[in-house]
Amino acid sequence: MGYETPRSNAGTPWVREDRDNHRFKVARRAFIDKDVLELERRAIFDCCWIYVGHESEIPNANDFLTRSVAGRDIVFNRDRAGNVHAFFNICPHRGATVVRERRGNALGFQCFYHGWAFSNTGTFATRIANGNYPDDFGKDKCTDLTAVPRLENYRGLYFLNLDRDAISLADYLADAKRYIDVVMDQTEASMEIVGGTQEYSIRANWKLLVENSFDGYHAATTHSTYFDYLTSTVGSMTQPFGNGTNQSRAVDLGNGHALVEYPAPWGRPIAQWIPAWGDAVKAELDSKFARLAKLYGEDRAHQIAHLNRNIVIFPNLVINDIMALTVRTFYPDEPGFMTVNAWAMAPKDESADLRKWRLYNFLEFLGPGGFATPDDVEALESCQRSYRNHEQAGWNDISKGMMKAAPATDDEEQMRCFWRGWNRRMSQAVTS
Amino acid sequence: MFLAGLESTDVAGRYVMSAALRQSSIALPRADCEDFLYEEAAMLDEWRLDGWIALFAKGAIYEVPAAGAADDVNPASALFYIADDYHRLCQRVERLKKDAAHSEFPRSDGLRLISNVRILGNAKTGTSVGCAFVTYRSKNDVTDIYFGHHRYVLQPSDGAIRIVSKRTLLDMSSLRPQGRVSIIL
Repeated sequence: MGYETPRSNAGTPWVREDRDNHRFKVARRAFIDKDVLELERRAIFDCCWIYVGHESEIPNANDFLTRSVAGRDIVFNRDRAGNVHAFFNICPHRGATVVRERRGNALGFQCFYHGWAFSNTGTFATRIANGNYPDDFGKDKCTDLTAVPRLENYRGLYFLNLDRDAISLADYLADAKRYIDVVMDQTEASMEIVGGTQEYSIRANWKLLVENSFDGYHAATTHSTYFDYLTSTVGSMTQPFGNGTNQSRAVDLGNGHALVEYPAPWGRPIAQWIPAWGDAVKAELDSKFARLAKLYGEDRAHQIAHLNRNIVIFPNLVINDIMALTVRTFYPDEPGFMTVNAWAMAPKDESADLRKWRLYNFLEFLGPGGFATPDDVEALESCQRSYRNHEQAGWNDISKGMMKAAPATDDEEQMRCFWRGWNRRMSQAVTS
Repeated sequence: MFLAGLESTDVAGRYVMSAALRQSSIALPRADCEDFLYEEAAMLDEWRLDGWIALFAKGAIYEVPAAGAADDVNPASALFYIADDYHRLCQRVERLKKDAAHSEFPRSDGLRLISNVRILGNAKTGTSVGCAFVTYRSKNDVTDIYFGHHRYVLQPSDGAIRIVSKRTLLDMSSLRPQGRVSIIL
C-alpha cells in the first residue's frame, strides 16, 4: 500500500490519539476556528483530488455545466471531439463570469461584458480589429480560458486538483478504487447520474458531515423514526446491520479514505428485493443477481448486491451505496456553513419500473425531505451551536471500538481513518 | 391533463369561471378552494396534523420536486425532495408527531401565506387549483423562508373538499440556506 499510517501524535494540536490506552479525541475548536478553515483550504482543498462530476452529466459533445468545486467556479464540459475539460469560469479579460447558465450545449462561450469569446476547448476565438493589440497578443495564452491544473477520472468520476505536482488520481484513491469498482460493477452498462440535483446547505462544519456520512453508531437513536417506517414496509427487523458478525466492518482505504460495509433490511435496487416492488421487479433483480454471480462468483455478487457501503473519499466526496446509490459532495463556505450537492446514481440499463422504485427508495431516507437526512442536519447543527462551549468543554470522543481487532460498522474506526488523514495533511502545513 | 378552453377573463381581467366549468359536475368554485387552502395552511401552522392528513383522499399523493424544477417534472425519472404515495404520506405524518422526529422536536414555529388562488382547469380526478405561497419556519433563532407555488387537484366529497394531489414547487434556485424540508410546506 502506498500510503502512510502514522502511529504517533505528531502534528496538530487538534487531534489526540493514544493507541496504547485506546483514546481518540478531536478538538471542537477544529470545527469553529477560521484559521483552521484557512489552513484546510491550503493544506487539503488546494492539493487533494476534489470531485467535479460524473461523465454522464455531460454525455454529448459540446455539453457543459457550471458548478462550484473547491470554492472555485468551474465550467465542466466536452468539446466537439468529446474530450472533457474543466475551466475556471472567469473571463481572462476583466474577470466577469463567462458561462452564466447552469447547463447546456454550445460550441463556444462568450463573455457578456466585452464580448470576448472562446471555443469549448478554451481557446480565444474573437476577431478584434487590427491596431488594438500587438500582433503576438495572446500567444502566451493570456486570452484563453484558464484550465484547472489537473483533471483526471476514475470510472467516470472526474476530479480536479489545484496542485499541478499532485500524485495521480489513481494513486491518490489508493484502496478506495477497489470499492468504487464494487459500486460500478453492478452493471455491465455504465452508470449515470439521474435527472436533478439536491442542492442544499447545512449550518455546520463540513467535517461533521464527513463523520455523519459513514457513522453506523447514530442510526438507532437519530433515525428511530425511519426504522419505524421501514418496519411498516419490510416487517420486523432482527440484528439489522449484522454488527457482531464478520459481515459488518470498517475498512481503512488509505490517504484518509475509509468505508463501512454491512447488511441491512431495506430494499436495494441492486439487488435486494422487497415485496412492495412487485413480481416484475423481483424477476429483474433475480436475473441481475444471477448475472453478477456468473461474472464475479457468488461472494462478490453477494457483496455487490446485498451488502451496503458508505464510502468517504478524502476530503469531501461521499458515495453511499445503501437503499439507493447517492453521490454527495460539500464545501465549507465558512467554519459553520457548508453547501452540499447530492445526486442519485443508477445503472443506465435498468428498467423504468426499477428506476421508479430506486428513486422512491432514495427519498425514503436521503435528502432534505427524507425521513432521515433532516434529523442528521438537526444533529450536525446542534453540534455546531454547542461548540461555542468549547473553551470549557473542548473535546469530541471518537474512541469507540479502538480495542477491537476488527471494528464494526457501529464503531468509529472509519472516522479515525479520516481524522488521521486530516491530521497528517494539516500537520505538514503547520510545520512547513 | 387539463381541458382546454375552461378559463377566461372579463374586461377588467378578472377570472371568470367558464360555462363549461360551471356546469361540470366536479368543478369547484374558486372561493371555496381558497377557503379550503386557508384552512389547510392554518392546520399546518398549528400542527393539527391528524386533521391535515384527513384532508387527503385515500390514494392521494404529495410531492416536492427539487428547487427550480418544471411543473410537470416526473418523480419516476428525476430526483425530488419528497414524492410520497398515500402510504408514505401517512407515515410522514406519523413520524412528524413523534418526539424522535428530531428536526421538528421541539417543533418549529411557522406561518404559511397563501395567495393568487386560481382555478387552472378540470383534471380527470377533480379541479386543478394553483396558488402562490410563502412559508416561514423559525427555530433556534434562525428563520428560513420558502416560497413558490402549489398545484393541487381537489375533489368534492360528501359536501367537503379532498386533496387528490398536492405538488409544491419551490421557486428558488436551490435549497440554500434552508437546507431541509422537514415541515409540510
